[in-house]
Amino acid sequence: MSVGLPLDQIAIQTVNGIVNGMILALVASGLTLIFGIMDVVNFAHGDLVMLGGFSGATALAMTGNFWIALLVAIITIAMLGAALHASTLRYLLGRDPLTTILATFGMSLVLQKYAIWQWGPSARNLTAPITGQFTLFYLQYPWYRVATAVLAAAIIGGLYAFLKYGRYGIWIRATTQDRVMAQAMGIPVPIVHTVVFAIGAGMAAASGVLFGPLGGVTQTMGADFTLRAFIVVVVGGMGNLGGSILASMFISLLEAYASLIVSPAQAVIVSFVALIVTLLFRPTGLFVPTPK
Amino acid sequence: MLALRDVHTYYAKSHILHGVTIDVGPGEVVGLLGRNGVGKSTTLKTICGLVRPAQGRVEFEGRDVTGWAPHRLPALGIAYVPEDRRIFRLLTVLENLRTGLDRPGVSEQRRTELLEKVYHHFPVLRERRSQAGGTLSGGEQQMLAIARAMMLEPKIILLDEPTEGLMPRMVGQIREIIRVLHAEGVAILLVEQNVPLTLEVSGRVYIMEKGVVRHQAMATELRQQHDVIRQYLGV
Amino acid sequence: MSRRATGYWAVFTAVVAVLAVAPLVLPPFWQRFVTEILVWGLLAMSSDILIGYTGMVSFGHSAFFGMGMYGAAAALLSVEPPNLWLALLFGLCAAALVAMFVAFFATRLRDIYFAITTLVFSQIFYVIIFTWTEVTGGENGLTFSQPPLSIPGIFSTRFTTETLHWFILGVVTCSYLLLRRITQSPFGKVLQAIRENEPRTRAIGYHVERYKMMAVMLSGLFAGAAGVLYALQNRFAAPDFVFFLISGETVIFNVMGGAGTLVGPVAGAAFFLLLREVVSRFFTEYYLIPVGIIFVLIVVFLPQGLLGFLRRRLNE
Repeated sequence: MSVGLPLDQIAIQTVNGIVNGMILALVASGLTLIFGIMDVVNFAHGDLVMLGGFSGATALAMTGNFWIALLVAIITIAMLGAALHASTLRYLLGRDPLTTILATFGMSLVLQKYAIWQWGPSARNLTAPITGQFTLFYLQYPWYRVATAVLAAAIIGGLYAFLKYGRYGIWIRATTQDRVMAQAMGIPVPIVHTVVFAIGAGMAAASGVLFGPLGGVTQTMGADFTLRAFIVVVVGGMGNLGGSILASMFISLLEAYASLIVSPAQAVIVSFVALIVTLLFRPTGLFVPTPK
Repeated sequence: MLALRDVHTYYAKSHILHGVTIDVGPGEVVGLLGRNGVGKSTTLKTICGLVRPAQGRVEFEGRDVTGWAPHRLPALGIAYVPEDRRIFRLLTVLENLRTGLDRPGVSEQRRTELLEKVYHHFPVLRERRSQAGGTLSGGEQQMLAIARAMMLEPKIILLDEPTEGLMPRMVGQIREIIRVLHAEGVAILLVEQNVPLTLEVSGRVYIMEKGVVRHQAMATELRQQHDVIRQYLGV
Repeated sequence: MSRRATGYWAVFTAVVAVLAVAPLVLPPFWQRFVTEILVWGLLAMSSDILIGYTGMVSFGHSAFFGMGMYGAAAALLSVEPPNLWLALLFGLCAAALVAMFVAFFATRLRDIYFAITTLVFSQIFYVIIFTWTEVTGGENGLTFSQPPLSIPGIFSTRFTTETLHWFILGVVTCSYLLLRRITQSPFGKVLQAIRENEPRTRAIGYHVERYKMMAVMLSGLFAGAAGVLYALQNRFAAPDFVFFLISGETVIFNVMGGAGTLVGPVAGAAFFLLLREVVSRFFTEYYLIPVGIIFVLIVVFLPQGLLGFLRRRLNE
């Protein structure tokens, strides 16, 4: 039996883990943002990723430019998110958050079927905008993967800056802390909620497009992302932005290392185990400073 | 300017307000006294739209605002300072103020003016402007809550028990700021347990009991009516 | 008996009678359809114990259902001659095992975390069943033959569509009556108290954890029974039935029909299945789009479901 695995394999998987982790972080931060601000558990979040991927693929086919396609996808899905929230989810404000799971679950079904109806049952491929590779140990590692991680980090960083320094960032943070008082100060809370949902949806769409060249855009990727994002959000602490980023990296790295030993389909069990461990010992989140 | 007409409000099944009728004229300081639990806070909450009355009307400047979404009222000129202050603990002092300052139609110059004015009245807020609201003492938080309401340039401020839990020295500051606001023409509807303070600063006073207004008088008269005070307020 | 009770039993008898007569008058497709409604109705009732009565929304019923199915399959494939009662036993035991596992977590988690965890668990089981091809047949599942209806030593006869229907009707009806007894018992009242106000129920002195565990076990058992019945009717076990979507549909039955009434979820199942039949005539495989929209509208605007107004009446 081999005692240790080759160091360069581990190093490659580390890089892979970080890349996948950043994409997952982009999805999870949208999800945790939405939950933290309006107590909506968005079961359809992964489907927004999927729809982002598909609309990005269509836009790419029409314009030939990856970055325009990315922008189009983000804006389209953000508007879809706003529409979903303003039409139905906003009425669930003040009710048990469990009803939001049910409502968004229903939406997820509709969105999945809609995607099949609109784009057919076959997967789409998105060509990466950056070809070219560099030598990482024994592999030719695509630059695009690194670019994805950087971009995802940039988007998350932008979100953070917006929340902390932007004018409307104050509105959003005030609404999160005390929705009633924010209203008493004249902050239009229903609109803030819709906008935040739209932002979360846009981030999900961006993930879908960025992930496109890596894994393709398929009809089932939605459920996959939703499941992973939920695990991340629970492990990272619901509503905790920093926590979900750390948890995304943590889980992606674990899975990456695990896939050295078992098949990728089974590597996903690792994240399940992480979830169970978290729930048993630190239910408020592994990366939350003090359990309340 | 502000009028409540026969307002009935419920919390779930509890009938809290049994037909409250109150008036506040422009620039008036009106006191609302009563024992604990008679519905004074609920009256203020009904005005701000935080609870919806089952019956009755709330009118502001002739407009029926009953049941309006709470976030629309500050634009009309109604500001609310709740009991237990409810400042945004994780926002800095300045950010707290900005929740009231960041309104459409306020020029950069006006914003600076308003900030300066509030720093002038509450120097401690200038000192602590980059600190998180949750790190302030009780009295400082109360100052912040009132300053925050002032940022809205309101026509009327609803003050819910501003002196609760404050040291006597701070009560003096509250008295001062009410005087300043009154001098600027801002109306105030003051809910308080502190009877002497209320009688000092108010023009008119309502006394509530069990969800209705039982007595109304000019503050100057009421000061002499010790038996009335004892009957309704037990002091 | 009070007037209300006679009214109830009259309706009950009428419904059972109609269901019993159904296979005699309906064309073959609809015969099977009614039988299927019964099986899904049982699954829906089982989850109502958790969702409607105890207030624990669970997305994990596909695991119980699937275990019932595969347990029955195991019995029917490994023991010759295939024995009906053994299948039932195996299925119930398998479901009970999974239920114990879930029950353990149920007591530690509240609300959303519980819902998400049950979702994750049902997916874990799906992955395991899907990939453990040697034991479970993987993607293709397991096929087996239908066991005869037999009481050892007394008689044995093969099922016909009608007799199978009556057998299933019998099991489902008995389950309903049993569950009804349970929900109206002091135990059931405590479950409902937990749903209404858990902290207070705990403060009064009830061991909320134990009650929750029992609720999960109960729910899992009956869901497993539904799985066994499904396996009996269709003679196969497939991973599709452990897939989360089954759990999702179960929740839909509950919400649409009215949680907390036992009959509501059954009606919800019937409503959904009928709707699916009708709508797929026009929308083919996209029936879920309008049906999904209807579901969302019900969640938002009619949260008590179609029969929810009966909740108080039925639980007196």
